[in-house]
Amino acid sequence: MSTAVAAEFDPTGPLVASGNLRRRRAVNRFAEAIATGAALLAVAVLAIMVGAVAVRGAAALNLDFLTHAPRVPGEVGGGIAPAIVGTAIIVGVATLVAMPLGVLVALYLTEFAPPRVAGPIRLTLDLLNGLPSIVIGLFVFGLLVSGRHQSGFAGAVCLAIIMVPLIARSSQEMLLLVPRPMRDAADALGVRRWRTVLTVVLPAAAGGIVTGTVLAIARAAGETAPLIFTTSIFADKTSFDVFGTALPNIPTEIYTLSQQDDPTGITKAWGAALVLVVFILLTNIAARALLARSQRRLTQ
Amino acid sequence: MSDRIGDRLLRAVCLAASLLVAIVLVEIAVQLLTGALPAIRRFGPGFVTGTHWRPNFDTFGAATLLFGTLVSSVMALALATPIGISIGLYLSLLAPRSVRDVVGPLVEMLAAIPSVIVGLWGILVLAPIVQGHIEPVLHGALGFLPVFGSPQTTGSSIFTAGLVLTIMVVPIIASVSRDIFMTVPRDVQDAAAALGATRWETVRGVVLPSTASGIVATSVLALGRALGEAIAVTQVIGAGNAIHGSLFATGDTLASRIANQFPGVTTELHKASLFYLALILLVIGLVTNLLAQQIVKRFAQNRSFAV
Repeated sequence: MSTAVAAEFDPTGPLVASGNLRRRRAVNRFAEAIATGAALLAVAVLAIMVGAVAVRGAAALNLDFLTHAPRVPGEVGGGIAPAIVGTAIIVGVATLVAMPLGVLVALYLTEFAPPRVAGPIRLTLDLLNGLPSIVIGLFVFGLLVSGRHQSGFAGAVCLAIIMVPLIARSSQEMLLLVPRPMRDAADALGVRRWRTVLTVVLPAAAGGIVTGTVLAIARAAGETAPLIFTTSIFADKTSFDVFGTALPNIPTEIYTLSQQDDPTGITKAWGAALVLVVFILLTNIAARALLARSQRRLTQ
Repeated sequence: MSDRIGDRLLRAVCLAASLLVAIVLVEIAVQLLTGALPAIRRFGPGFVTGTHWRPNFDTFGAATLLFGTLVSSVMALALATPIGISIGLYLSLLAPRSVRDVVGPLVEMLAAIPSVIVGLWGILVLAPIVQGHIEPVLHGALGFLPVFGSPQTTGSSIFTAGLVLTIMVVPIIASVSRDIFMTVPRDVQDAAAALGATRWETVRGVVLPSTASGIVATSVLALGRALGEAIAVTQVIGAGNAIHGSLFATGDTLASRIANQFPGVTTELHKASLFYLALILLVIGLVTNLLAQQIVKRFAQNRSFAV
C-alpha cells in the first residue's frame, strides 16, 4: 500500500499493515536474522574447529600415542605420554597452590573485609585476571628461572597466578549465595565467627567452589605462553621431578611442533590437540552441570 | 579463649592470602622493570618510536610491533563487537529458552578452546583458505584501497591474526553482553512493546542505550585480551619486521615478538628489550582494565532507570 492510501484513513477498512509498519517489520526481521545468523556463525566456527581437531587428531590417536614416549625425530610412531604426565603434574601443583589461596581471598572478601579494604583487593584480582599470560610468564622467568634453570614448578607458579583470580571470583560468588539466615542462626547459637565460617558457610558453598576450581583447571591446562619460558627445555622422558627439571607438557609440545615443517610432527600436534580439547571440553561440561546443581541447591 | 584465637587466626590467614595477591601484582611490575632496565637506560622512551629491531646490531625499537598489535587488535574488535553484541542480543532477547540453554554454553565453549589450538587450526586450516580465497576476493573487489594489497604466498598475515583474534574475542563479548542485556528490566521492554515498538525498535531505543556503558566496557576488556594474546598470533602473523600499509602483509605484535624471540635470546640487551615490550604490555593491560572499570562506574550512576 502506498503512503497516499495511508494518508486518507478509512476507519471501516480491514486492518492491514500500512507501508510504514511494513517497513518497520522488515527492518525488525532483518535485525533478528542478523542476530540469529551471528549466533549460528559462532556455533559453526566452534563445530569447524573442533571437527578439524577431531578428524586430524584421530589419525594420530591410538593407545601407543597415549602411553609411549616419543621416538627419535623422523621415526614414525611414539607418543606424548611424558607430556600428558607433565601437564597433569604442573596443573596439579598449580591447583594445590591456587585453590587454598583463592578460597582464602574469597573468604576474606565476603566474611571479614571492611568495604574500604574489599574494594582494592577486588580491583587487584581484576587487574591480575586481565594481565596477558605472557607477562606472567616473563615475571616467573625473572623470579624463578633466571640464573637457575627451568622447572615444572616454575610453570606451575605461572598457572597458579592465572588460576587464583578465577577461583577467588567464583568462590566469592558462591559464598555470597550462602543464605544470611544460616550465618544468623549460627550467631544466635553463640558460635564464634571462625567456627561458623569453617563449619557452616564453607561446606554450604563447597560444591560451587570445587566447580569453580575445575573451570580454572580447564583454563590453565591449555595455557601456553607462560610455559614456553618456564618449562619448555626438556628431555622427552616421563619425569616426576617437579623442582629439578623442566617437565614436558602438552601445550608447549603442540606449539613447538606447529612451528616446524615436519609432517609427522604436525600429525602429532593434531593428536595432542585432540587430547587437550577433549579434556578441556569434558571438564567444562562437567563443571557447568555441577555448578548449576549446587547453585540450585543454595538458592532454593 | 581458643575461640578468640581461632577468630584472629582465620582472619589473619585470609588477610595474608589477600595481601599475597596484591604483592604478586606489585612484584610483577618490579620484576619487569628490573628486567627492562638495561634497555630503558639505553633507549629511554624513544624505544616506543624506534622502527628498527636488529638483535645483531643492538638496535631495538617497538614501533613496528606496536603497529602490528594495534592493527590486528582493532581489526579484531571491529569485527567482534557487532558479532558479539548480536549474539548477546540473540541469547538474551530472541532465542527460545531451549535454544538459549544449548547455544549459550556452546559459545562459552569457544572461549574455552586454548589459544595454542586456535593457532594450530589458524595456521594449518584457516591461513590457506585466507590466502587462497578471502584475500584474492577482497583484493579484487577493494584492491584500490591500500589496506587490501596483493595477497602474500603463505597466508601468514596481520589479517589472519586479526581473524584468529576475532574468533577468540567474540565469545567474551557475547557472553558478557548477554549478561548485561539480561539486567534490562522486563517492565521497560514491555512498556516499549505496549507503545507499539517492534523488537528491533525496543532494542535500539531501550536496551542498547541503557546498557551502552556496559557494552563499551566489555569491548575495552576484549581489546585488552586481544592486545595481549601471544601464542595464537605468533603462529599466524608471520613475524614480519616492517610496517606495511596492507593487512595482507606479515607483521608482529608485542606479545608475539616476546613469544618468538625470548627462548632464543642472544644478548643481555636483546633480553632487556623483550622485557621492555612486556612492560609496555603490562601498562596496556592495566590501563584497559582500569578504563573499563571507570566506564562502568561513571555510567552506573546515571543509568536511565533505577532497578
